[in-house]
Amino acid sequence: MKQIHVNEEYCIGCRLCEIHCSVQHSRSKKIIKAFKEEAPRALARVLVEEEGPLSFAMQCRHCEDAPCIEACIVGAMHRDEETGAVLCDEDHCVGCWMCVMVCPFGAIQRNLVGNKAASKCDLCLGEKVPACVANCPNEALTFIEAANSNGGEPQ
Amino acid sequence: MKHVIIGNSAAAIGCVEGIRRYDPDNPITIVADEPHSTYSRPLISYLLGGLVDESRMGYRPADFYEKQRVETLLGVEVTHIFPERRCISLAGEGALAYDRLLIATGGKPFVPPIPGTNLQGVYTFVKWEEARKIARHIEETGTRSAVVIGAGLIGLKTIEALLARGIKVTVVELADRVLSTIFDATGSRLADLILRREGVEVRTQTTVSEIIGRGGRVDHVVLQDGERVNCDLVIFAIGVRPNTGLIPANAGIEVGRGIRVDARMQTTAPDVYAAGDCVEAYDKLTESHRPLPIWPLAYRQGHVAGCNMAGHDREYDGGFPMNSISVCDVPTISVGFIEPPDDGDRYEILDDYDRETLTYKKLILRGHRLVGALFINEIDRAGIYTGLIRDQVDISQFKDHLLSGSFGLISLPKDYRKHMVVGSGIEV
Repeated sequence: MKQIHVNEEYCIGCRLCEIHCSVQHSRSKKIIKAFKEEAPRALARVLVEEEGPLSFAMQCRHCEDAPCIEACIVGAMHRDEETGAVLCDEDHCVGCWMCVMVCPFGAIQRNLVGNKAASKCDLCLGEKVPACVANCPNEALTFIEAANSNGGEPQ
Repeated sequence: MKHVIIGNSAAAIGCVEGIRRYDPDNPITIVADEPHSTYSRPLISYLLGGLVDESRMGYRPADFYEKQRVETLLGVEVTHIFPERRCISLAGEGALAYDRLLIATGGKPFVPPIPGTNLQGVYTFVKWEEARKIARHIEETGTRSAVVIGAGLIGLKTIEALLARGIKVTVVELADRVLSTIFDATGSRLADLILRREGVEVRTQTTVSEIIGRGGRVDHVVLQDGERVNCDLVIFAIGVRPNTGLIPANAGIEVGRGIRVDARMQTTAPDVYAAGDCVEAYDKLTESHRPLPIWPLAYRQGHVAGCNMAGHDREYDGGFPMNSISVCDVPTISVGFIEPPDDGDRYEILDDYDRETLTYKKLILRGHRLVGALFINEIDRAGIYTGLIRDQVDISQFKDHLLSGSFGLISLPKDYRKHMVVGSGIEV
Protein backbone atom coordinates (compact mmCIF):
# COMPACT_ATOMS: atom_id res chain seq x y z
CA MET A 1 0.00 0.00 0.00
CA LYS A 2 1.00 3.61 -0.44
CA GLN A 3 2.23 5.42 2.63
CA ILE A 4 2.96 8.98 3.59
CA HIS A 5 6.70 9.55 3.65
CA VAL A 6 7.93 12.19 6.10
CA ASN A 7 11.08 14.17 5.28
CA GLU A 8 12.05 16.33 8.18
CA GLU A 9 14.93 17.80 6.18
CA TYR A 10 12.44 19.57 3.89
CA CYS A 11 9.78 20.61 6.38
CA ILE A 12 9.65 24.34 7.03
CA GLY A 13 6.92 24.13 9.66
CA CYS A 14 4.34 26.06 7.60
CA ARG A 15 1.51 23.89 8.93
CA LEU A 16 -0.35 23.94 5.62
CA CYS A 17 -0.75 20.18 6.08
CA GLU A 18 -2.69 20.73 9.30
CA ILE A 19 -4.87 23.38 7.67
CA HIS A 20 -5.71 21.32 4.61
CA CYS A 21 -6.29 18.18 6.70
CA SER A 22 -8.81 20.11 8.76
CA VAL A 23 -10.51 21.39 5.59
CA GLN A 24 -10.59 17.91 4.07
CA HIS A 25 -12.34 16.60 7.19
CA SER A 26 -14.76 19.53 7.49
CA ARG A 27 -18.35 19.30 6.36
CA SER A 28 -18.05 21.82 3.53
CA LYS A 29 -14.47 20.98 2.47
CA LYS A 30 -14.13 24.71 1.69
CA ILE A 31 -11.32 26.46 3.47
CA ILE A 32 -13.12 29.71 4.38
CA LYS A 33 -16.32 27.96 5.48
CA ALA A 34 -14.39 25.31 7.37
CA PHE A 35 -12.48 27.85 9.39
CA LYS A 36 -15.04 30.64 9.78
CA GLU A 37 -18.46 29.02 9.86
CA GLU A 38 -18.19 25.44 11.03
CA ALA A 39 -18.25 24.85 14.73
CA PRO A 40 -16.69 22.85 16.12
CA ARG A 41 -13.90 23.11 13.57
CA ALA A 42 -12.78 19.76 12.20
CA LEU A 43 -9.63 18.47 13.87
CA ALA A 44 -6.48 18.13 11.81
CA ARG A 45 -5.30 14.52 11.92
CA VAL A 46 -1.72 15.46 11.17
CA LEU A 47 0.42 17.16 13.76
CA VAL A 48 3.45 19.35 13.11
CA GLU A 49 6.12 19.09 15.76
CA GLU A 50 8.59 21.91 16.00
CA GLU A 51 11.68 22.58 18.10
CA GLY A 52 14.21 25.20 17.11
CA PRO A 53 15.10 24.81 13.45
CA LEU A 54 13.70 21.26 13.27
CA SER A 55 10.14 20.48 12.31
CA PHE A 56 8.17 17.66 10.77
CA ALA A 57 4.59 16.59 10.25
CA MET A 58 3.45 13.27 11.65
CA GLN A 59 0.27 11.30 11.12
CA CYS A 60 -0.79 7.68 11.63
CA ARG A 61 1.73 5.24 10.13
CA HIS A 62 -0.98 2.66 9.38
CA CYS A 63 1.16 -0.03 11.06
CA GLU A 64 0.94 -3.59 9.80
CA ASP A 65 0.48 -4.94 13.32
CA ALA A 66 -1.33 -1.90 14.58
CA PRO A 67 -1.30 -1.62 18.39
CA CYS A 68 -4.46 0.51 18.23
CA ILE A 69 -6.39 -2.28 16.52
CA GLU A 70 -5.21 -4.77 19.18
CA ALA A 71 -6.14 -2.42 21.98
CA CYS A 72 -9.54 -1.22 20.77
CA ILE A 73 -12.12 -2.72 23.11
CA VAL A 74 -15.08 -2.25 20.77
CA GLY A 75 -13.53 -3.08 17.42
CA ALA A 76 -13.99 0.46 16.12
CA MET A 77 -10.35 0.60 15.07
CA HIS A 78 -10.00 -1.59 12.02
CA ARG A 79 -8.11 -2.09 8.79
CA ASP A 80 -9.83 -1.08 5.60
CA GLU A 81 -9.83 -4.13 3.37
CA GLU A 82 -9.38 -2.20 0.14
CA THR A 83 -6.82 0.44 1.00
CA GLY A 84 -5.07 -1.24 3.95
CA ALA A 85 -5.49 1.98 5.93
CA VAL A 86 -6.14 1.80 9.67
CA LEU A 87 -9.48 3.52 10.22
CA CYS A 88 -11.59 4.39 13.24
CA ASP A 89 -15.34 3.94 13.01
CA GLU A 90 -16.10 7.06 15.02
CA ASP A 91 -19.77 6.14 15.50
CA HIS A 92 -18.72 2.91 17.20
CA CYS A 93 -15.89 4.43 19.29
CA VAL A 94 -16.79 4.96 22.96
CA GLY A 95 -13.77 7.09 23.84
CA CYS A 96 -11.95 4.67 26.17
CA TRP A 97 -8.61 5.99 24.82
CA MET A 98 -6.86 2.63 24.83
CA CYS A 99 -5.60 3.62 21.38
CA VAL A 100 -4.10 6.83 22.77
CA MET A 101 -2.34 4.66 25.37
CA VAL A 102 -0.70 2.36 22.82
CA CYS A 103 0.07 4.44 19.73
CA PRO A 104 3.86 4.89 19.87
CA PHE A 105 3.62 7.83 17.48
CA GLY A 106 1.08 9.75 19.52
CA ALA A 107 -0.87 9.96 16.27
CA ILE A 108 -4.37 9.46 17.70
CA GLN A 109 -6.19 12.42 19.18
CA ARG A 110 -9.21 12.70 21.37
CA ASN A 111 -11.88 14.73 19.64
CA LEU A 112 -13.16 16.48 22.73
CA VAL A 113 -14.94 19.32 20.96
CA GLY A 114 -16.86 17.12 18.54
CA ASN A 115 -18.04 13.54 18.83
CA LYS A 116 -15.75 12.51 21.74
CA ALA A 117 -14.29 9.82 19.52
CA ALA A 118 -10.74 8.95 18.52
CA SER A 119 -9.57 11.01 15.59
CA LYS A 120 -6.79 9.90 13.26
CA CYS A 121 -5.47 9.99 9.71
CA ASP A 122 -7.69 8.11 7.26
CA LEU A 123 -5.43 8.71 4.23
CA CYS A 124 -8.30 10.92 3.04
CA LEU A 125 -10.44 7.83 2.45
CA GLY A 126 -9.26 6.82 -0.96
CA GLU A 127 -8.38 10.23 -2.41
CA LYS A 128 -5.58 9.73 -4.92
CA VAL A 129 -3.26 11.87 -2.81
CA PRO A 130 -4.00 12.81 0.80
CA ALA A 131 -4.66 16.51 1.39
CA CYS A 132 -1.58 17.00 3.58
CA VAL A 133 0.67 15.64 0.85
CA ALA A 134 -1.09 17.46 -1.98
CA ASN A 135 -0.72 20.77 -0.16
CA CYS A 136 2.81 20.43 1.14
CA PRO A 137 4.79 23.11 -0.73
CA ASN A 138 8.13 21.48 -0.10
CA GLU A 139 7.63 17.78 -0.68
CA ALA A 140 8.34 17.27 2.99
CA LEU A 141 5.37 14.90 2.75
CA THR A 142 5.20 12.50 -0.17
CA PHE A 143 2.85 9.62 -0.92
CA ILE A 144 4.77 6.59 -2.09
CA GLU A 145 4.44 2.85 -2.40
CA ALA A 146 5.90 1.20 0.69
CA ALA A 147 8.35 -1.59 -0.05
CA ASN A 148 7.56 -3.32 3.21
CA SER A 149 5.79 -2.59 6.42
CA ASN A 150 6.91 -0.31 9.20
CA GLY A 151 7.75 -1.09 12.79
CA GLY A 152 4.69 -0.17 14.80
CA GLU A 153 4.96 -3.55 16.40
CA PRO A 154 8.25 -5.40 16.47
CA GLN A 155 8.05 -8.83 14.91
CA MET B 1 -5.99 -29.06 9.32
CA LYS B 2 -8.86 -28.20 11.62
CA HIS B 3 -8.61 -25.29 14.03
CA VAL B 4 -10.82 -25.21 17.12
CA ILE B 5 -11.07 -22.23 19.47
CA ILE B 6 -12.70 -22.36 22.89
CA GLY B 7 -13.79 -18.80 23.67
CA ASN B 8 -15.14 -15.89 21.68
CA SER B 9 -13.63 -12.69 23.05
CA ALA B 10 -10.41 -10.72 22.42
CA ALA B 11 -7.95 -13.66 22.40
CA ALA B 12 -10.27 -15.84 20.29
CA ILE B 13 -10.86 -13.12 17.70
CA GLY B 14 -7.14 -12.27 17.67
CA CYS B 15 -6.54 -15.96 16.98
CA VAL B 16 -8.99 -16.06 14.07
CA GLU B 17 -7.34 -13.01 12.54
CA GLY B 18 -3.89 -14.49 13.13
CA ILE B 19 -4.83 -17.82 11.51
CA ARG B 20 -6.46 -16.15 8.53
CA ARG B 21 -3.43 -13.98 7.84
CA TYR B 22 -1.55 -17.12 6.78
CA ASP B 23 -4.19 -19.79 6.35
CA PRO B 24 -7.16 -18.65 4.29
CA ASP B 25 -8.73 -22.06 3.85
CA ASN B 26 -8.63 -24.54 6.70
CA PRO B 27 -11.77 -24.73 8.80
CA ILE B 28 -12.01 -22.81 12.09
CA THR B 29 -14.65 -23.58 14.70
CA ILE B 30 -15.37 -21.33 17.66
CA VAL B 31 -17.08 -22.93 20.66
CA ALA B 32 -18.36 -20.61 23.38
CA ASP B 33 -20.73 -21.00 26.29
CA GLU B 34 -22.26 -17.55 25.80
CA PRO B 35 -24.92 -17.41 23.08
CA HIS B 36 -23.80 -14.07 21.61
CA SER B 37 -21.71 -13.31 18.57
CA THR B 38 -18.41 -11.82 19.65
CA TYR B 39 -19.05 -8.77 21.76
CA SER B 40 -17.09 -6.26 23.78
CA ARG B 41 -16.94 -7.40 27.40
CA PRO B 42 -15.69 -3.99 28.61
CA LEU B 43 -18.83 -2.42 27.15
CA ILE B 44 -21.11 -4.10 29.67
CA SER B 45 -20.58 -1.20 32.07
CA TYR B 46 -21.49 1.24 29.31
CA LEU B 47 -24.56 -0.87 28.62
CA LEU B 48 -25.60 -0.94 32.26
CA GLY B 49 -25.05 2.81 32.50
CA GLY B 50 -27.22 3.39 29.44
CA LEU B 51 -24.34 4.89 27.45
CA VAL B 52 -24.69 2.34 24.65
CA ASP B 53 -27.60 0.12 23.67
CA GLU B 54 -27.49 -3.60 22.89
CA SER B 55 -27.10 -2.98 19.15
CA ARG B 56 -23.66 -1.52 19.81
CA MET B 57 -22.20 -4.41 21.79
CA GLY B 58 -20.57 -6.15 18.80
CA TYR B 59 -16.78 -6.47 18.79
CA ARG B 60 -16.69 -7.22 15.08
CA PRO B 61 -19.15 -6.50 12.25
CA ALA B 62 -22.15 -8.83 11.91
CA ASP B 63 -20.65 -10.61 8.87
CA PHE B 64 -17.34 -11.33 10.62
CA TYR B 65 -17.70 -15.11 10.96
CA GLU B 66 -18.96 -15.47 7.45
CA LYS B 67 -16.15 -13.39 5.96
CA GLN B 68 -13.50 -15.19 8.00
CA ARG B 69 -15.15 -18.55 7.26
CA VAL B 70 -15.62 -19.45 10.92
CA GLU B 71 -18.14 -22.05 12.07
CA THR B 72 -19.63 -21.18 15.43
CA LEU B 73 -21.11 -23.28 18.21
CA LEU B 74 -22.48 -20.58 20.50
CA GLY B 75 -24.24 -21.27 23.76
CA VAL B 76 -22.45 -24.62 23.82
CA GLU B 77 -20.47 -25.68 26.82
CA VAL B 78 -17.20 -27.57 26.48
CA THR B 79 -17.14 -30.34 29.07
CA HIS B 80 -13.69 -31.89 28.57
CA ILE B 81 -10.47 -31.50 26.67
CA PHE B 82 -8.71 -34.70 25.58
CA PRO B 83 -5.24 -33.61 24.40
CA GLU B 84 -4.09 -37.17 23.77
CA ARG B 85 -7.13 -37.87 21.55
CA ARG B 86 -7.10 -34.40 20.01
CA CYS B 87 -10.72 -33.71 20.68
CA ILE B 88 -13.03 -31.84 23.02
CA SER B 89 -16.41 -32.98 24.24
CA LEU B 90 -19.45 -30.73 24.16
CA ALA B 91 -22.41 -30.73 26.51
CA GLY B 92 -25.14 -32.64 24.67
CA GLU B 93 -23.42 -32.38 21.30
CA GLY B 94 -20.88 -35.18 21.31
CA ALA B 95 -17.27 -34.48 20.51
CA LEU B 96 -15.30 -32.20 18.23
CA ALA B 97 -11.92 -33.19 16.81
CA TYR B 98 -9.12 -30.72 16.25
CA ASP B 99 -5.64 -30.55 14.80
CA ARG B 100 -4.83 -27.29 16.57
CA LEU B 101 -6.69 -26.09 19.65
CA LEU B 102 -6.77 -22.64 21.28
CA ILE B 103 -7.97 -22.38 24.86
CA ALA B 104 -9.22 -18.83 25.43
CA THR B 105 -11.57 -19.37 28.32
CA GLY B 106 -10.85 -16.00 29.93
CA GLY B 107 -11.16 -15.14 33.57
CA LYS B 108 -13.54 -16.10 36.31
CA PRO B 109 -14.76 -13.45 38.74
CA PHE B 110 -13.54 -14.00 42.25
CA VAL B 111 -16.23 -14.21 44.96
CA PRO B 112 -15.02 -14.59 48.53
CA PRO B 113 -16.74 -17.20 50.68
CA ILE B 114 -18.98 -15.00 52.81
CA PRO B 115 -22.57 -15.58 53.96
CA GLY B 116 -25.34 -14.18 51.80
CA THR B 117 -23.87 -14.45 48.28
CA ASN B 118 -26.87 -16.54 47.18
CA LEU B 119 -29.36 -13.77 47.94
CA GLN B 120 -31.36 -12.12 45.21
CA GLY B 121 -29.57 -8.88 44.28
CA VAL B 122 -26.00 -10.20 44.55
CA TYR B 123 -24.06 -10.30 41.28
CA THR B 124 -20.68 -10.53 39.64
CA PHE B 125 -20.18 -8.31 36.61
CA VAL B 126 -18.09 -9.61 33.73
CA LYS B 127 -20.59 -10.90 31.17
CA TRP B 128 -23.37 -9.42 29.07
CA GLU B 129 -25.97 -11.61 30.73
CA GLU B 130 -24.97 -10.24 34.12
CA ALA B 131 -25.43 -6.67 32.88
CA ARG B 132 -28.94 -7.63 31.76
CA LYS B 133 -29.73 -9.29 35.08
CA ILE B 134 -28.47 -6.32 37.07
CA ALA B 135 -30.45 -3.90 34.88
CA ARG B 136 -33.58 -6.02 35.35
CA HIS B 137 -33.02 -6.15 39.10
CA ILE B 138 -32.59 -2.36 39.25
CA GLU B 139 -35.77 -1.81 37.26
CA GLU B 140 -37.88 -4.38 39.10
CA THR B 141 -36.86 -3.42 42.61
CA GLY B 142 -36.37 0.31 42.05
CA THR B 143 -32.82 0.00 43.37
CA ARG B 144 -31.66 3.21 45.03
CA SER B 145 -28.44 2.15 46.72
CA ALA B 146 -25.72 -0.35 45.94
CA VAL B 147 -22.55 -1.72 47.47
CA VAL B 148 -19.67 -2.42 45.11
CA ILE B 149 -17.03 -4.76 46.53
CA GLY B 150 -13.62 -3.89 45.08
CA ALA B 151 -12.31 -0.51 43.97
CA GLY B 152 -10.16 -1.75 41.11
CA LEU B 153 -10.83 -1.43 37.39
CA ILE B 154 -14.04 -3.44 37.28
CA GLY B 155 -15.21 -1.72 40.45
CA LEU B 156 -14.66 1.73 39.00
CA LYS B 157 -16.51 0.89 35.78
CA THR B 158 -19.34 -0.60 37.84
CA ILE B 159 -19.54 2.55 39.96
CA GLU B 160 -19.71 4.72 36.84
CA ALA B 161 -22.57 2.68 35.45
CA LEU B 162 -24.53 2.80 38.70
CA LEU B 163 -23.99 6.56 39.09
CA ALA B 164 -25.29 7.04 35.55
CA ARG B 165 -28.48 5.31 36.71
CA GLY B 166 -28.77 7.64 39.69
CA ILE B 167 -27.94 4.95 42.23
CA LYS B 168 -26.19 5.82 45.48
CA VAL B 169 -22.96 3.81 45.68
CA THR B 170 -20.79 2.67 48.56
CA VAL B 171 -17.53 1.05 47.47
CA VAL B 172 -15.64 -1.26 49.81
CA GLU B 173 -11.95 -1.95 49.21
CA LEU B 174 -9.65 -4.24 51.16
CA ALA B 175 -6.49 -2.27 50.27
CA ASP B 176 -5.79 1.06 51.92
CA ARG B 177 -6.77 3.03 48.82
CA VAL B 178 -8.80 2.86 45.61
CA LEU B 179 -7.24 1.65 42.34
CA SER B 180 -4.24 0.48 44.35
CA THR B 181 -2.88 -1.77 41.61
CA ILE B 182 -2.75 0.82 38.83
CA PHE B 183 -2.21 4.10 40.74
CA ASP B 184 0.31 5.29 43.31
CA ALA B 185 -0.80 6.91 46.56
CA THR B 186 -1.14 10.37 44.97
CA GLY B 187 -3.17 9.00 42.08
CA SER B 188 -5.41 7.07 44.45
CA ARG B 189 -5.97 10.19 46.52
CA LEU B 190 -7.05 12.02 43.38
CA ALA B 191 -9.39 9.20 42.38
CA ASP B 192 -10.78 9.12 45.91
CA LEU B 193 -11.43 12.84 45.74
CA ILE B 194 -13.18 12.53 42.38
CA LEU B 195 -15.33 9.64 43.61
CA ARG B 196 -16.39 11.48 46.78
CA ARG B 197 -17.15 14.58 44.70
CA GLU B 198 -19.62 12.41 42.77
CA GLY B 199 -21.25 11.34 46.02
CA VAL B 200 -19.66 7.89 46.28
CA GLU B 201 -19.04 6.61 49.81
CA VAL B 202 -15.57 5.08 49.94
CA ARG B 203 -14.58 2.51 52.59
CA THR B 204 -11.00 1.24 52.49
CA GLN B 205 -9.05 -1.32 54.52
CA THR B 206 -12.21 -3.25 55.14
CA THR B 207 -14.49 -5.64 53.35
CA VAL B 208 -17.97 -7.04 53.50
CA SER B 209 -18.11 -9.82 56.06
CA GLU B 210 -21.75 -10.71 55.53
CA ILE B 211 -24.65 -9.89 53.22
CA ILE B 212 -27.97 -9.82 55.06
CA GLY B 213 -31.27 -10.35 53.28
CA ARG B 214 -34.93 -9.86 53.96
CA GLY B 215 -37.39 -12.12 52.18
CA GLY B 216 -34.57 -13.65 50.16
CA ARG B 217 -33.45 -10.31 48.83
CA VAL B 218 -30.46 -8.12 49.77
CA ASP B 219 -31.23 -5.69 52.58
CA HIS B 220 -27.86 -4.56 53.90
CA VAL B 221 -24.24 -5.59 54.28
CA VAL B 222 -22.08 -5.71 57.39
CA LEU B 223 -18.46 -4.60 57.06
CA GLN B 224 -15.54 -6.09 58.97
CA ASP B 225 -15.56 -3.23 61.46
CA GLY B 226 -19.24 -3.79 62.15
CA GLU B 227 -20.57 -0.90 60.05
CA ARG B 228 -23.92 -1.63 58.47
CA VAL B 229 -24.61 -0.30 54.96
CA ASN B 230 -28.17 -0.50 53.62
CA CYS B 231 -28.44 -1.46 49.96
CA ASP B 232 -30.68 -3.13 47.39
CA LEU B 233 -27.85 -4.43 45.26
CA VAL B 234 -24.38 -5.91 45.85
CA ILE B 235 -21.85 -6.30 43.05
CA PHE B 236 -18.62 -8.26 43.43
CA ALA B 237 -15.92 -6.51 41.44
CA ILE B 238 -12.81 -7.91 43.06
CA GLY B 239 -11.24 -9.08 39.85
CA VAL B 240 -10.86 -12.18 37.73
CA ARG B 241 -8.70 -15.25 38.02
CA PRO B 242 -7.63 -17.43 35.13
CA ASN B 243 -10.49 -19.73 34.21
CA THR B 244 -8.68 -23.04 34.04
CA GLY B 245 -11.49 -25.30 35.19
CA LEU B 246 -11.54 -27.17 31.88
CA ILE B 247 -7.92 -28.22 32.01
CA PRO B 248 -7.80 -31.93 32.81
CA ALA B 249 -5.38 -33.14 35.45
CA ASN B 250 -2.52 -35.34 34.28
CA ALA B 251 -3.17 -34.66 30.61
CA GLY B 252 0.04 -32.76 30.03
CA ILE B 253 -1.32 -29.21 30.11
CA GLU B 254 0.52 -27.50 32.96
CA VAL B 255 -1.25 -24.88 35.02
CA GLY B 256 0.43 -22.48 37.44
CA ARG B 257 -1.51 -19.38 38.37
CA GLY B 258 -2.79 -19.59 34.82
CA ILE B 259 -2.22 -21.97 31.93
CA ARG B 260 1.51 -22.16 31.22
CA VAL B 261 2.53 -21.10 27.73
CA ASP B 262 5.77 -20.65 25.84
CA ALA B 263 6.66 -17.66 23.65
CA ARG B 264 4.62 -19.18 20.81
CA MET B 265 1.62 -19.30 23.15
CA GLN B 266 1.70 -23.10 23.06
CA THR B 267 0.85 -24.97 26.24
CA THR B 268 2.90 -27.91 27.45
CA ALA B 269 0.70 -30.20 25.32
CA PRO B 270 1.43 -30.48 21.60
CA ASP B 271 -0.86 -28.47 19.30
CA VAL B 272 -2.74 -26.99 22.24
CA TYR B 273 -2.38 -23.23 22.51
CA ALA B 274 -3.78 -20.81 25.07
CA ALA B 275 -4.16 -17.03 25.22
CA GLY B 276 -5.83 -14.24 27.13
CA ASP B 277 -6.99 -13.99 30.72
CA CYS B 278 -6.70 -17.76 31.29
CA VAL B 279 -2.89 -17.87 30.86
CA GLU B 280 0.22 -16.75 32.67
CA ALA B 281 2.18 -15.14 29.85
CA TYR B 282 5.52 -13.38 29.90
CA ASP B 283 5.67 -9.97 31.57
CA LYS B 284 8.68 -8.20 30.10
CA LEU B 285 9.06 -5.70 32.96
CA THR B 286 9.09 -8.18 35.84
CA GLU B 287 10.71 -10.80 33.59
CA SER B 288 8.35 -13.43 34.91
CA HIS B 289 5.27 -15.30 33.79
CA ARG B 290 2.06 -14.14 35.43
CA PRO B 291 -1.59 -13.55 34.59
CA LEU B 292 -2.17 -10.06 33.16
CA PRO B 293 -5.86 -9.88 32.31
CA ILE B 294 -5.70 -6.97 29.90
CA TRP B 295 -7.60 -6.62 26.64
CA PRO B 296 -4.78 -5.59 24.25
CA LEU B 297 -2.51 -8.35 25.54
CA ALA B 298 -5.27 -10.94 25.19
CA TYR B 299 -5.77 -9.93 21.57
CA ARG B 300 -2.05 -10.02 20.80
CA GLN B 301 -1.52 -13.38 22.51
CA GLY B 302 -4.43 -14.80 20.53
CA HIS B 303 -3.00 -13.36 17.34
CA VAL B 304 0.44 -14.86 18.01
CA ALA B 305 -1.18 -18.23 18.79
CA GLY B 306 -3.18 -17.98 15.56
CA CYS B 307 -0.10 -17.29 13.43
CA ASN B 308 1.62 -20.34 14.94
CA MET B 309 -1.47 -22.51 14.52
CA ALA B 310 -1.40 -21.55 10.85
CA GLY B 311 2.20 -22.75 10.65
CA HIS B 312 3.82 -19.32 10.67
CA ASP B 313 6.36 -19.05 13.49
CA ARG B 314 5.80 -16.06 15.65
CA GLU B 315 6.72 -15.14 19.22
CA TYR B 316 5.00 -13.09 21.89
CA ASP B 317 7.61 -10.63 23.07
CA GLY B 318 5.93 -10.10 26.42
CA GLY B 319 3.48 -7.63 27.82
CA PHE B 320 3.22 -5.37 30.79
CA PRO B 321 0.31 -3.84 32.67
CA MET B 322 -1.47 -1.03 30.86
CA ASN B 323 -4.83 0.52 31.51
CA SER B 324 -6.79 3.46 30.25
CA ILE B 325 -9.76 4.18 32.47
CA SER B 326 -11.87 7.19 33.19
CA VAL B 327 -12.66 7.96 36.81
CA CYS B 328 -16.03 9.70 36.57
CA ASP B 329 -15.06 11.34 33.27
CA VAL B 330 -11.50 12.15 34.32
CA PRO B 331 -9.25 10.29 31.86
CA THR B 332 -6.30 8.33 33.24
CA ILE B 333 -3.62 6.09 31.78
CA SER B 334 -1.36 3.81 33.78
CA VAL B 335 1.46 1.79 32.19
CA GLY B 336 4.08 -0.51 33.71
CA PHE B 337 5.44 -0.02 37.22
CA ILE B 338 3.63 2.75 39.06
CA GLU B 339 5.51 2.27 42.32
CA PRO B 340 9.16 1.22 42.08
CA PRO B 341 9.25 -2.43 43.10
CA ASP B 342 11.46 -3.40 46.00
CA ASP B 343 13.82 -5.55 43.96
CA GLY B 344 17.21 -4.04 44.69
CA ASP B 345 17.38 -2.04 41.46
CA ARG B 346 17.70 1.72 41.59
CA TYR B 347 14.68 3.65 40.46
CA GLU B 348 14.13 7.32 39.87
CA ILE B 349 10.85 9.18 39.80
CA LEU B 350 9.93 12.24 37.77
CA ASP B 351 6.57 13.76 38.58
CA ASP B 352 4.45 16.81 38.20
CA TYR B 353 1.26 17.37 40.20
CA ASP B 354 -1.06 20.32 39.77
CA ARG B 355 -3.49 20.64 42.66
CA GLU B 356 -5.60 23.26 40.90
CA THR B 357 -6.43 21.23 37.83
CA LEU B 358 -6.13 17.78 39.45
CA THR B 359 -3.53 16.91 36.85
CA TYR B 360 -0.81 14.41 37.64
CA LYS B 361 2.04 12.97 35.61
CA LYS B 362 4.56 10.51 36.91
CA LEU B 363 7.35 8.60 35.22
CA ILE B 364 9.39 5.79 36.76
CA LEU B 365 12.91 5.20 35.49
CA ARG B 366 15.20 2.23 36.04
CA GLY B 367 18.68 3.35 35.09
CA HIS B 368 18.32 4.98 31.69
CA ARG B 369 15.08 3.22 30.82
CA LEU B 370 11.48 4.16 31.38
CA VAL B 371 9.57 1.39 33.17
CA GLY B 372 6.35 3.10 34.20
CA ALA B 373 4.10 6.05 33.46
CA LEU B 374 0.97 7.41 35.09
CA PHE B 375 -1.18 10.19 33.67
CA ILE B 376 -4.26 11.65 35.27
CA ASN B 377 -6.37 14.23 33.51
CA GLU B 378 -3.80 14.82 30.77
CA ILE B 379 -3.30 11.72 28.66
CA ASP B 380 -2.64 13.02 25.17
CA ARG B 381 0.17 11.22 23.32
CA ALA B 382 0.69 8.87 26.28
CA GLY B 383 1.46 6.13 23.75
CA ILE B 384 4.85 7.67 23.03
CA TYR B 385 5.83 6.80 26.61
CA THR B 386 4.32 3.33 26.26
CA GLY B 387 6.53 2.88 23.19
CA LEU B 388 9.62 3.95 25.15
CA ILE B 389 8.74 1.38 27.82
CA ARG B 390 8.02 -1.35 25.29
CA ASP B 391 11.24 -0.79 23.36
CA GLN B 392 13.32 -0.05 26.49
CA VAL B 393 14.80 3.00 24.81
CA ASP B 394 17.78 4.74 26.46
CA ILE B 395 16.27 8.03 27.59
CA SER B 396 19.44 9.65 28.97
CA GLN B 397 19.72 12.07 26.04
CA PHE B 398 16.25 13.55 26.50
CA LYS B 399 15.41 12.81 30.12
CA ASP B 400 15.00 16.49 30.97
CA HIS B 401 12.33 16.87 28.28
CA LEU B 402 10.26 13.86 29.33
CA LEU B 403 7.80 15.84 31.42
CA SER B 404 7.84 19.07 29.43
CA GLY B 405 4.60 20.15 27.81
CA SER B 406 6.18 20.10 24.36
CA PHE B 407 7.49 16.53 24.66
CA GLY B 408 6.90 14.63 21.46
CA LEU B 409 8.56 12.47 18.86
CA ILE B 410 10.75 15.46 18.10
CA SER B 411 12.35 15.12 21.54
CA LEU B 412 13.54 11.59 20.71
CA PRO B 413 16.94 10.85 19.20
CA LYS B 414 16.80 10.84 15.43
CA ASP B 415 17.89 7.18 15.35
CA TYR B 416 14.91 6.05 17.37
CA ARG B 417 12.49 8.18 15.41
CA LYS B 418 13.83 6.58 12.25
CA HIS B 419 13.72 3.13 13.74
CA MET B 420 10.07 3.68 14.56
CA VAL B 421 8.89 4.99 11.25
CA VAL B 422 11.33 3.12 9.14
CA GLY B 423 10.54 0.29 6.95
CA SER B 424 10.21 0.88 3.43
CA GLY B 425 12.04 4.10 2.97
CA ILE B 426 9.69 5.77 5.33
CA GLU B 427 11.63 7.91 7.70
CA VAL B 428 11.30 11.06 9.68
